[in-house]
Amino acid sequence: MTQHTPLRLHVPEPSGRPGHATDFSYLRLAPAGAVRKPPLDTPAIDTTDLAYTLIRVLDDEGNAIGPWADPIPPELLRKGLQAMIKTRIYDARMMIAQRQKKMSFYMLSLGEEAIGTAQILALAKGDMCFPSYRQQNLLIAQGVPLVEMMCQLLSNDQDRLKGRQLPVMYSSREAGFFSISGNLATQFVQAVGWAMASAIKGDTKIASAWIGDGATAAADFQTALTFAHVYQAPVILNVINNQWAISTFQALAGGEATTFAARGIGSGIASLRVDGNDFLAVHAVSRWAAERARSNLGPTLIEWVTYRAGPHSTSDDPSKYRPADDWARFPLGDPIERLKQHLISIGAWSEDEHHRTQKEIEREVIAAQKQAESHGTLATGQTSSVATMFEDVYKDMPWHLRRQRQQLGV
Amino acid sequence: MTMIQALRSAMDIMLERDDNVVIFGQDVGYFGGVFRVTEGLQAKYGKTRVFDAPISEGGIVGAAVGMGAYGLRPVVEIQFADYFYPATDQIVSEAARLRYRSAGEFIAPLTIRMPSGGGIYGGQTHSQSPEALFTHVSGLRTVMPSNPYDAKGLLIASIECDDPVIFLEPKRLYNGPFDGHHDQPVTPWSKHRLGNVPDGYYTVPLESASIFRPGSDLTVLAYGTMVFVSEVAARESGIDAEIIDLRSLWPVDIDTIVTSVKKTGRCVVLHEATLTSGFGAELTALVQEHCFYHLEAPIERVAGWDTPYPHAHEWAYFPSPQRVARAYRKVMEGSGIQAGSEEA
Repeated sequence: MTQHTPLRLHVPEPSGRPGHATDFSYLRLAPAGAVRKPPLDTPAIDTTDLAYTLIRVLDDEGNAIGPWADPIPPELLRKGLQAMIKTRIYDARMMIAQRQKKMSFYMLSLGEEAIGTAQILALAKGDMCFPSYRQQNLLIAQGVPLVEMMCQLLSNDQDRLKGRQLPVMYSSREAGFFSISGNLATQFVQAVGWAMASAIKGDTKIASAWIGDGATAAADFQTALTFAHVYQAPVILNVINNQWAISTFQALAGGEATTFAARGIGSGIASLRVDGNDFLAVHAVSRWAAERARSNLGPTLIEWVTYRAGPHSTSDDPSKYRPADDWARFPLGDPIERLKQHLISIGAWSEDEHHRTQKEIEREVIAAQKQAESHGTLATGQTSSVATMFEDVYKDMPWHLRRQRQQLGV
Repeated sequence: MTMIQALRSAMDIMLERDDNVVIFGQDVGYFGGVFRVTEGLQAKYGKTRVFDAPISEGGIVGAAVGMGAYGLRPVVEIQFADYFYPATDQIVSEAARLRYRSAGEFIAPLTIRMPSGGGIYGGQTHSQSPEALFTHVSGLRTVMPSNPYDAKGLLIASIECDDPVIFLEPKRLYNGPFDGHHDQPVTPWSKHRLGNVPDGYYTVPLESASIFRPGSDLTVLAYGTMVFVSEVAARESGIDAEIIDLRSLWPVDIDTIVTSVKKTGRCVVLHEATLTSGFGAELTALVQEHCFYHLEAPIERVAGWDTPYPHAHEWAYFPSPQRVARAYRKVMEGSGIQAGSEEA
């Protein structure tokens, strides 16, 4: 009889912790330009290799190379760069405003700016995004007024959501931005339902679902994949693998020795793994997936490999659980620097223009903040009237809420 | 019509009237549902209006929330109310709050149908009455019909409603007005006045209770299966109970309740669900708040025992006409009214 040693429970651990540097070899990188581009109607199973590699367009010198290097008009790239810069400056200012207690909470998208920005520029008006909480760039890249966004953050009397939602839980039907729940993963299956509705009605619109690596462990993620596959829903299923879910490393969500894109393959969904800090790759792959969905060829799951450069939220301190210099050592770099390098190399941008743009946007953000704060902040208590607390629970206010409103005396 | 036919008729009419109505759930498409409520609807309206769904209640409701945001009016079936738990997050945190959290920008006009209640030897996973889990949630409407006429009118009103509606169908009443006498045959709906259901469109408004049986001795607050149990208990005890069939549990028709209790001065609250923190606790509190100075006796509750729904001991669990009659007699004590002698 075979003698067995006692069993041991495996609990994944990141390769780096405070005090010792991360070994990023776990990332399964591939050289820029090395990964093939399949035909739009490729069967899901034929994308298996693409779920375990990394689609990249920009090389280390900023050249766009390989089959995914779509001809993109420089004007669109410039627009993308400006939107990313705006997102970063907006984030930095709002982070400070939170520290000044003008809002209760904030979440930065530092390091992840390329993904939402490039994708929204590859979608069409009328498409609907079901975002998670770090996709403010979907709004900013569309030119949604910063004042409107800030009023939500400040919970002031111009907050369209009447102070009902935590800061960053935006909602904008007009901008194709579904109300953010704050409950993770629920939106993923809702996006599939929205896409099913579009197909039921014979519409041409598609949905785009957003989730982080951590929340893929929630049941709604796998449910969404099942529904998307079963009904061949016209939806893009975006997984942002930024390596960290608060303090838990992506291996704890199931990323160890496999990829998040691989989850799609087992579900019968075309799946691609992409450099999320490469604006050109994000745009090209998003366009491919959008076109596939819009051509009634079904869903695509995309894992975007990136890095959450900031804290999870203003309530988090990442220096407690990961090396302080992790982002600087992250092999896929900074998405803004990489697109800037590319634009300069094709003669469509310059250091001077970059500097000037940053200054202009800073002025714009500061002016917007000043205007937004003139409508109040959480600290000033200039909020929507308390009576609105009882509205929109139902379409029409039932007797018990009218009674409770009277009891509160508002 | 049976209640099954009445519910089917409601969905048939709404599929016909409104292109945005879609129906899906486990086994509801080709087969027409395990209780046959959607039978024939896929053949009539096609596979994109009426279709089968994977065994995933969270997925069914979550997809319906997305469809509602698009502009559809989904009617989904959870095969048994006992199976809704995996959909809790999508019902409680999503459907119920979407209008509120988006300040009206997105709504979830869903109707979530669930066969509920026991009396069919279904054991603890096919017999539950989870209504209190829904009435506790801000933003939901919870409805439970007791008969075919109301079932059709309430289902049409629920589908047309822009709020998410939990539509609980007491499955023991699908084929007849079961009154708790499980050892006796049930009258088919075809021989009951409330089985007389018009073929066409009509609604029974939400938030409106019905006075199922007028009476003067005491007020009974009941819904679903307990409506007929309370009726037979009144007959057998000789107590002239005024039976209010709530129909809409929440928001509830408070005026009908208050008017009746103020008239009779006595109140018995009934449900099949477990007693503790059941919807009866809310009803009891409401009567106390609104009618305290009109009450002649403490309010009595009769409900399922605080156990999981048993299998072999189903009829010891189910609130019987005898238990209900005992409660009637208890609230009548000292009233001078001579009640019948039926004993459990």
